[in-house]
Amino acid sequence: MIHGVRGDEISAGGGIGGGSVRSPADPRDERPPSLSALARRRGFGRALDRLFGWTAAVSGTLVLLILAYMVLTTTNTALPVFTSEGISFVTGTEWLPSRGVYGILPFIYGTLVTSIIAVVIAVPISLGVSLYLTELAPSWIKGPIAYAVDLLAAVPSVVYGLWGVFVLLPLFLQPAAEALSSVFGFLPIFKAPATGLSYFGAGVVLAIMIIPIISALAREVFRAVPDDDRLAAYALGATRWEMIWEAVIPRSRPGLVGATMLGLGRALGETIAVALLVGSRPTISASIVQPGYSMAAVIANQFPEADATGIRALVGVGVVLFAITIVINMAARLFVWRLVAER
Amino acid sequence: MNEPVFSVKDLNVSYGGNLALKDVSLDIQPREITAIIGPSGCGKSTFIRCLNRMNDLVPGAQVEGQVMYHGEDIYGPQVDPVTVRRRIGMVFQRPNPFPKSIYDNVAFGPRINGFKGDLGELVERSLRRAALWDEVKNKMRKSALALSGGQQQRLCIARAIAVEPDVILMDEPASALDPIATVRIEDLMQELKQEYSIVIVTHNMQQAARVSDKTAFLYTEVDEESMSRWGILVEYGPTGGIFTKPVDKRTEDYVSGRFG
Repeated sequence: MIHGVRGDEISAGGGIGGGSVRSPADPRDERPPSLSALARRRGFGRALDRLFGWTAAVSGTLVLLILAYMVLTTTNTALPVFTSEGISFVTGTEWLPSRGVYGILPFIYGTLVTSIIAVVIAVPISLGVSLYLTELAPSWIKGPIAYAVDLLAAVPSVVYGLWGVFVLLPLFLQPAAEALSSVFGFLPIFKAPATGLSYFGAGVVLAIMIIPIISALAREVFRAVPDDDRLAAYALGATRWEMIWEAVIPRSRPGLVGATMLGLGRALGETIAVALLVGSRPTISASIVQPGYSMAAVIANQFPEADATGIRALVGVGVVLFAITIVINMAARLFVWRLVAER
Repeated sequence: MNEPVFSVKDLNVSYGGNLALKDVSLDIQPREITAIIGPSGCGKSTFIRCLNRMNDLVPGAQVEGQVMYHGEDIYGPQVDPVTVRRRIGMVFQRPNPFPKSIYDNVAFGPRINGFKGDLGELVERSLRRAALWDEVKNKMRKSALALSGGQQQRLCIARAIAVEPDVILMDEPASALDPIATVRIEDLMQELKQEYSIVIVTHNMQQAARVSDKTAFLYTEVDEESMSRWGILVEYGPTGGIFTKPVDKRTEDYVSGRFG
């Protein structure tokens, strides 16, 4: 036994040097357990570790597989429509399933316009809310407000849609659309006849839906700004507003772009609320106070009554929507990278 | 005797009702370096932050007493803390340049103060005074965060100078720097005191002895019954005297390294 031999050598050495003979039971003679013995003892933990590693790897791969499978099958389902319509599927402005004409540009247009309106309204409000919560609010009021804003995110979108139609439409959307059109009617984007069931109406409700997302993220972004930056600005004679504008916002820019893009992503894909409020007219109108349609809304509205080709066309709409979302997300990521690299 | 820049009388500071600094009175002379030394927690930083009303930013902070700046109480009812800070610059312990270009960092103060003259010239002059110009003149548009720690701290000094204050407060300006960068900052302070009054907080006694003209020694007083503690001013005078012939026993113990 290797152990025994080496143990003897050591105690012999000790005996020579120290001039005393130790009994073998002396605890000082006990060597620490060998590394391989320790490894054996930890065997169970090691096995769990490996199991965890594999589970994580499988889950990760599974996500990619599901994504690839989704892209392949939906594209495959829509393929007959893609080939028969060709490029006019995305450039065509006429959607007439009864005659087999499938041009989805009005839906692409409607999705983009409603989402842009939502972001234009939601971003300033969200920044205001989160700046108030991080920089201005007394601490006792921060918690309740933050919680209320977070609760907005938990409301199901169909509730937003119904509330939009039954409460916000008569109370605000309809009068606001008419007012916009009567004051700014000379601009093509506010041309009459105005209705609340329009790009504008859908955009406003979308804005309310994405405010919690953007403001929750922006809050974290602002909170991550080091206090040193704030002190530096104050020490140079900055007012609170100058401190926020010159020290907090610049430091937060990449994060704010990210927050905006996540909100935009939610707006692009939102279905029910838009379907209820956008007016469901498959046309392209320059005026945002007139009815239109969106990609997600047309899928939801027409799927139950579509014929076989119609279903393939609607799946095709889904594929294009997916592609647009991916392109926008990638563009956002590139933009954030560039902002960070500029530092 | 010159008219003092600061004349502090009976200064008491508390945070949320807990006394942090008690009955501090001292005068700070122009174009001198005044060092504030003392053990951790004795209120050095609290004191220096009273001189430009940075304590106003701490929730629950309360300042009593008088801080006369050129004969005017900066805690007076008519005084706007923002204006105070535009006259009294500050450099912090950790270099804290903004994530902007070197140029924009120095130009920050003048811009928010509505500076109307030649900004480029002012930026250059400030960087020259901070002994940083030669190292950065070819990369003014590069990010300030790419500079070394010592360079960043000199950039922060340049940024403070650019608003043309007459006092610069330095809160342990070299404690996060290596020895070579520290020496450069100390040399720079000797240059700067030709034009500015400097108040420096330091926990490094050698540094205080090397650079300052006057030294104030702050010490923690403990109330055994309530277990509360606060800072008091023990001794204040010419630096040579504080370090060689201290009057107070506590000062002597501290500067001879017996504690702290």
